[in-house]
Amino acid sequence: MQYVPNFLFVVILVIGIGFFTRNIFRLRRNILLGKDVDVSDNRSQRWANMTRIALGQTKMVVRPIPGILHIIVYLGFIIINLEVLEIIIDGIFGTHRVFAGLGGLYDFLIASFEILALLVIVSVTIFWIRRNIIRLKRFFKPEMKGWPKMDGNLILYIELVLMLLFLTMNAADFQLQQLGADHYVQAGSFPVSKYISALFADMSISNLILLERVTWWMHIVGILFFLNYLYYSKHLHILLAFPNTFYGKLTPKGQFKNLESVTNEVKLMMDPSADPFAAPAEDASEPEKFGASDVTDLNWVQLLNAYSCTECGRCTSECPANLTGKKLSPRKIMMDTRDRLEEVGKIMDKNKGEFKEDGKQLLDDYITREELWACTSCNACVEACPVSIDPLSIIMDMRQYLVMEQSAAPSDLNNMMGNIENNGAPWPFNQMDRLNWSKES
Amino acid sequence: MASELNVPTMAEMFASGQKPEVLFWVGCAGSFDDRAKKITKAFVKILNQANVSFAVLGTEESCTGDPAKRAGNEFLFQMQAVTNIEVMNAYEVKKVVTACPHCFNTLKNEYPGLGGNYEVVHHTQFLKQLLEEGRITMEGGSYKGKRITYHDPCYLGRANNVYEAPRDLIRKLDAELVEMKSCKQRGLCCGAGGAQMFKEPEKGDKDINVERTEQALETKPEIIAAGCPFCNTMMTDGVKSKEKEASIAVLDIAELIANAQDL
Ligand code: HEM
Ligand code: SF4
Ligand code: SF4
Repeated sequence: MQYVPNFLFVVILVIGIGFFTRNIFRLRRNILLGKDVDVSDNRSQRWANMTRIALGQTKMVVRPIPGILHIIVYLGFIIINLEVLEIIIDGIFGTHRVFAGLGGLYDFLIASFEILALLVIVSVTIFWIRRNIIRLKRFFKPEMKGWPKMDGNLILYIELVLMLLFLTMNAADFQLQQLGADHYVQAGSFPVSKYISALFADMSISNLILLERVTWWMHIVGILFFLNYLYYSKHLHILLAFPNTFYGKLTPKGQFKNLESVTNEVKLMMDPSADPFAAPAEDASEPEKFGASDVTDLNWVQLLNAYSCTECGRCTSECPANLTGKKLSPRKIMMDTRDRLEEVGKIMDKNKGEFKEDGKQLLDDYITREELWACTSCNACVEACPVSIDPLSIIMDMRQYLVMEQSAAPSDLNNMMGNIENNGAPWPFNQMDRLNWSKES
Repeated sequence: MASELNVPTMAEMFASGQKPEVLFWVGCAGSFDDRAKKITKAFVKILNQANVSFAVLGTEESCTGDPAKRAGNEFLFQMQAVTNIEVMNAYEVKKVVTACPHCFNTLKNEYPGLGGNYEVVHHTQFLKQLLEEGRITMEGGSYKGKRITYHDPCYLGRANNVYEAPRDLIRKLDAELVEMKSCKQRGLCCGAGGAQMFKEPEKGDKDINVERTEQALETKPEIIAAGCPFCNTMMTDGVKSKEKEASIAVLDIAELIANAQDL
């Protein structure tokens, strides 16, 4: 009977990590449904960007209040989780505070975890107030109803509960150490939880042990639950922010990629030696689809973008179209892409890994044409995103589909394009008059 | 009245065996739009004054394809690009200057992949260089002490990180440069980009240029400076919608400099 807790712990750990691994594989498969894109260039600059933007949080502090609060939560969470290593070893081997032997260093570590935990509690509370009491506008756009709204709050509750469990566990432990209970070695320094432990002054040793054990277990189970919650949440960003900033765009923001398939066709058309009436070569593959109408037409970096989105709405709050009441919201573009990709992934799960048409697509069923045509391509969203997401590239790919596959541009734009084609200018002026200005007074 | 403009074309220059220092890419707005033509002329006056050896393509110039590309018509864009590149390469163009940030962005970033490799600068960068080389001199004159706010064109600022050249020029006019609440990296679009210039806006509760003009008006400017013919139109319309056109002028940086020099 003595080893039951160890056994139970290992089972829970394996299940927790097992599910997490399954989700990571599913995530990887879904992202790789995107088209291939070569991002093997400029590795040193990519490492530098990741270090600066994700690790260094440089773009977070453009807005200082959420930026600083986030740095506390981010650092706090990473550092406090060093403690998880000890918890796992203790859980497997039935030890208690196995690193206690570190002595002074251990005291220092525990003390800093406690102070960070307190700071995280304060920050998370302020985050909650901003969402629910101050009700910042960017958290209340139409795309933030339902699950996204609940998700935003749930994350804060979970982090709060985990921190409270951690501190309560330490408080009970500290009290047990004071009472000289068996198994509870004198170790650690408890600058925060010693105040909590005052609440437990009248408790018996057995009740304290019960409290310590319950909080210990809830804390680790909570962490494993949280790990598995990530896949379903915007909180996935805590992992994906790193690869996403690594693979972020390096060229000037104004540079949109030139479609290679079009280049080939244009070259053929401009080549005087090409025979326009030649029968297509036997092995000619099916002509490539231009632009994107569904998630599988996007490239995998764009799909990684979608899973990395924190739904913070910094992009939307800087978008000129959204600011003036248009339906377009770059955050919604990213959320729709993720939702549709999830839907495609679920269909594949049901059909042994094969996709079966479901009569739906990203265009129209998720993102409307009205949204796409409202974009000014101003790059404000790209600049605003703290995790290097590029919503504009998705908008442009979808416009390409509308125009080149469907000839479905708004009529004003068709006129403009007709003018360019015929007169070399977006207005109906004759190219031969292009220099007239130089003779007008 | 200032003297006649001297606007040589590439064809003329080439025929007489000359090669200009720089090609001035006028762009569609600069060639045809009544308001933008004034900017073109102001810039040429400065070029003439500074004795810059330049030429234009004239009737051989065609739309860069920017609005087609941003509207999603990659095909039309590349047709335009390849045609223009053929012309420019035939003239062995090395350096291009343009007063339109959209042309600037497209020529600089999107043409190289299609065989058009040139050093491309925006006219504010070019003017700043002329100033540094002492080829033009600037004294504030009529703009001394005036409150000027500068609107960052998206395709110059965020798209290509050019924020300081236009501002340096304004400061050189001895004017008081005042910044709007959103400026530089966070500058708000005027509403024209991405082919919006050529269509009606989607349904909303305000026009983007009005929103941006309101931000400009908050700085209580005497002049709103711009560096893009499309921004210029949008801001001019915005100022009109606020019935402020009598007290607030919308001017391009080139116009500011030409006026200051009494050209
Ligand atoms: C262990 C690591 C991390 C933790 C625990 C964490 C935690 C959080 C939490 C709790 C929020 C929600 C804030 C709110 O309710 O408003 C949040 C938002 C956010 N996080 Fe993280 N995060 C982590 C890593 C990162 C990284 C590496 C980045 C990359 C820059 C990042 C970028 C963001 C952004 C952009 C938001 C939205 C903030 C806003 O509203 O302005 N996070 N994060
Ligand atoms: S690029 Fe388009 S979506 Fe992004 S902020 Fe500008 S208008 Fe909005
Ligand atoms: S795209 Fe970037 S800025 Fe926009 S909501 Fe997502 S994380 Fe925030």
